[in-house]
Amino acid sequence: MKRVVITGMGIYSCIGTNLDEVAKSLYEGKSGIGIDPMRIEYGYRSPLTGIVERPLQIKELLNRRLRICLAEQGEYAYIATLEAMKNAGIDMDYFENNEVGIFYGNDSSAKAVIDAHTIAMEKKDTTLIGSGAIFQSMNSTVTMNLSTILKLKGVNMTISAACASGSHAVGLGMMFIRNGMQDMVICGGAQETNYLSMGSFDGISAFSTRIDEPTKASRPFDANRDGLVPSGGAATLILEEYEHAVKRGANIIAEVIGYGFSSNGANISQPSDSGSMIAMERALKDSNLMAKDIDYINAHATSTPQGDTFEAIALDKLFGSSFPMISSTKSMTGHECWMAGASEVIYSVLMMQNSFVAPNINFETPDEVSKNLNIVAQTKEKNIDIFLSNSFGFGGTNSALVIKKIK
Amino acid sequence: MTRNEIIEIVNEFLIEEIEIEASSLSEEALLNEDLGIDSLDFVDIVVIVERNFGFKIKPEEMANVKTLGQFYDYIEEKLK
Repeated sequence: MKRVVITGMGIYSCIGTNLDEVAKSLYEGKSGIGIDPMRIEYGYRSPLTGIVERPLQIKELLNRRLRICLAEQGEYAYIATLEAMKNAGIDMDYFENNEVGIFYGNDSSAKAVIDAHTIAMEKKDTTLIGSGAIFQSMNSTVTMNLSTILKLKGVNMTISAACASGSHAVGLGMMFIRNGMQDMVICGGAQETNYLSMGSFDGISAFSTRIDEPTKASRPFDANRDGLVPSGGAATLILEEYEHAVKRGANIIAEVIGYGFSSNGANISQPSDSGSMIAMERALKDSNLMAKDIDYINAHATSTPQGDTFEAIALDKLFGSSFPMISSTKSMTGHECWMAGASEVIYSVLMMQNSFVAPNINFETPDEVSKNLNIVAQTKEKNIDIFLSNSFGFGGTNSALVIKKIK
Repeated sequence: MTRNEIIEIVNEFLIEEIEIEASSLSEEALLNEDLGIDSLDFVDIVVIVERNFGFKIKPEEMANVKTLGQFYDYIEEKLK
């Protein structure tokens, strides 16, 4: 089996739009959460969201045809991928001369669908919708567009697995490289943040309503949490076969050593401690590691009363005796949904590179289960050799990744 | 609306919205070969024409419209 390494990373999020900004925000425990006035007008129960600015440079970077096919989350994904390419020392010529694949997590493109519907309802004529809508509307919009813009020639598909999409995308990229099917795969996750995209999620009362204190609203594992805060952006990782990376003199950032997955086989919205444990155990087994070998866990914990409890039970059962440091960076970023599994690998790698554990901000009062865990509420200086990153999604899809420092 | 007014509106949206170089716009320019307008661009031109001139282009009426000059003629005819 071939070894799989990360040779490039790029990030566009509510806590920064490049790696340096994000590393600083993580260290400082800075929240990216605010209020979206459009959500109040639209009738949201909660207008809280990660505040992500649209990248204005898109107009200079892409021609009209490429631009009008790109949905909001595709813009984020493109900017994050440019940073990852720079980081990996590859350019368009590289894609021209080498077969590179793409697995990107994305599970909605609501705005394009709703905008097209609005025009059709008004005009009663679908030919007045315009040419970009179809390419923005499909779930595969991100991979469809990035593969066209970058002229990719390898495996090309979107992974839709709810809030575990980005994590599974990295896991599948790793499997393709490990098995010798690709030398390099662009992996990641993207999430739209427009007000049209989250109304139905808000409608099931999943979001925090701590509207008077936006930066305190996302509080994973805290006893007084009252729901998640939706967020978004995009995160790109360039995965590469180890020898291939060495041969081309690439900057090897870290090694992806384990991927675990499972399905709860139960409720559509309720998480499960046993299902998530299977994913984590499988990731550990895949890495040939024991629970005690993990230095840091980036928890999935979204700040919902139920979800955090089930994850805390699972973490306590698996890691209770080894007591690794745990934090949920969603306390700062909010829940980046389809993007989260990829972005949280990047957040954790940034911690690994800079020897600190980012805080689980707003963790003020432990609850009955979270009190048993080593949850880091303030930034801690800490050498991280190996971390585990959890992602769980609706429908009971679970993913866990294990990443190791390259020495 | 005069032909000159039509030309002004059409040229403006070709430059601003379809992003065609102003210098390439001439009566003789072929829509596809010279201006690079493909079938997807034309979908957007249908939308823009509807917005600017208030009528819907029918593809069958465009069969003989090959140059930009013929396109101005077509719009002029439709607005009569």
